[in-house]
Amino acid sequence: MDSGTGEGSTSFTDDYETFISTTDVDLLKRAWRNEKAAPEILQYEAALVHRIKEQIELAEQNVEASEADGEDPLTMSLYQMDLDRTQFLLRSYLRVRLQKIEKYIFHILKTDESLNRLSDEEQTFAASCGDDLRAHLKETVLSKLPTDYNSELKQSAASEEDDMVPAPRLDSFVICKARQYISGLDFEPEYSHEITEMERDLLTFVCYKFIKKPLENGKIDLV
Amino acid sequence: MAGQSGSQLSLFTPDEVEFVAEDELVEIVPNLRMDSLNFICGDYGPFYPQIAIQVPLWLALALKKRGKCTIRPPQWMSIENLTQVLEGERESHAFQTLPFHYVEISRLLFDRARDDIPDVYMVRSLVEDIRDVRFHKVETNLENFTASAVTWKNMAAMEVNIIRAFSGRALQAFYRHENEQAVPDLDRTQDRQPQNLNDRPRVCRSFCCIPIFPLHHWIDKIVFISCLLDYCPTIVFLWRAYCLFVVPLQRNLRPR
Repeated sequence: MDSGTGEGSTSFTDDYETFISTTDVDLLKRAWRNEKAAPEILQYEAALVHRIKEQIELAEQNVEASEADGEDPLTMSLYQMDLDRTQFLLRSYLRVRLQKIEKYIFHILKTDESLNRLSDEEQTFAASCGDDLRAHLKETVLSKLPTDYNSELKQSAASEEDDMVPAPRLDSFVICKARQYISGLDFEPEYSHEITEMERDLLTFVCYKFIKKPLENGKIDLV
Repeated sequence: MAGQSGSQLSLFTPDEVEFVAEDELVEIVPNLRMDSLNFICGDYGPFYPQIAIQVPLWLALALKKRGKCTIRPPQWMSIENLTQVLEGERESHAFQTLPFHYVEISRLLFDRARDDIPDVYMVRSLVEDIRDVRFHKVETNLENFTASAVTWKNMAAMEVNIIRAFSGRALQAFYRHENEQAVPDLDRTQDRQPQNLNDRPRVCRSFCCIPIFPLHHWIDKIVFISCLLDYCPTIVFLWRAYCLFVVPLQRNLRPR
């Protein structure tokens, strides 16, 4: 039976004990919370999701095998509960990402940085979703507008940038906790006058774009 | 206007907060013998009768439901500690140290493991008092928000979740107004509309509480109260004129 203690893809934690005792489910829970709280889509945790999927499949096989063997129903129901909990986390994580993709579909398709954060399947989904939405808009509205106004990205031909594309609001405020003491060097230089340091384990309401860099480095958790 | 569409994605429902809280460890005393459980989320066991062991809260509640264990209430849930915490909350402005998920843990234990908690009614009323005092502090602290980063020590998960949506939008509005960034015109019109909607109910209110053919002295009382509340003096004046001149005419014309 596969045990729960995963090696962890954590390259950012210095505490050795937390390093060896952080399970994959903890990592997935952290990724889920960050994804849910962040206004833009974050980097896809491919290795973590792959490991969790393997563990879930193994657990499902074990539950089926023990059901066939006629094992103690209590133990089986407990294993099933653990399986359900992990599946919920994984599904919710993927679902939140899909919702974000659908919401900011044109923005993601035209920004390479966002596109690189998606997994391969998500990129296929985004491409086909974008095509469908474009075709739908053309058929219902855009084809009936004058030529200068029938782009789904620009308000009119006179617009300099794509102003019909909603972008994620990076100036929205999020609640976060630092996992270690963060000095001014960890933040972007342009925001150094806004936020100079962050203590460990202190709840902070802060503008998302200030903490974007430490979040990517794994020094901050969103709550 | 602190309105922001699309904030729904970042909201956690209370059930999701409870889900996260159910991974906290509690101590149980099993009354059965069981081999170790190798879950995806960790390994627990083996279980021996009358030997205490630490397990996640969801596992403890599942075993308790099937009558296979008793749950030991955590250290912080004793009457002495809670009384001390309550006094501390009342005396100082800062929050006392409590577990991050104390609301969810205490609620789950009260619902499903009531018989394992000594003096459960006392403990329950203490926890509810603590929640009230803390939330009152949260509400008063909301008045001190500024556009920069706000820090809070020892706030609990459920309290954070309750004010998450509102405080996020309010802080964002503060930030935008303070920095006066170049906001596109599209945004500004969207922001203006909700403001007009907010003004309308205040005017309608003085109409709604007065029916079409009222008793005079009853209207006067309501009109007087409306004046005091400063809702809309012009409307009030018009209503008084209506009552004094139009209603008697209608009364005369109405068939008996």
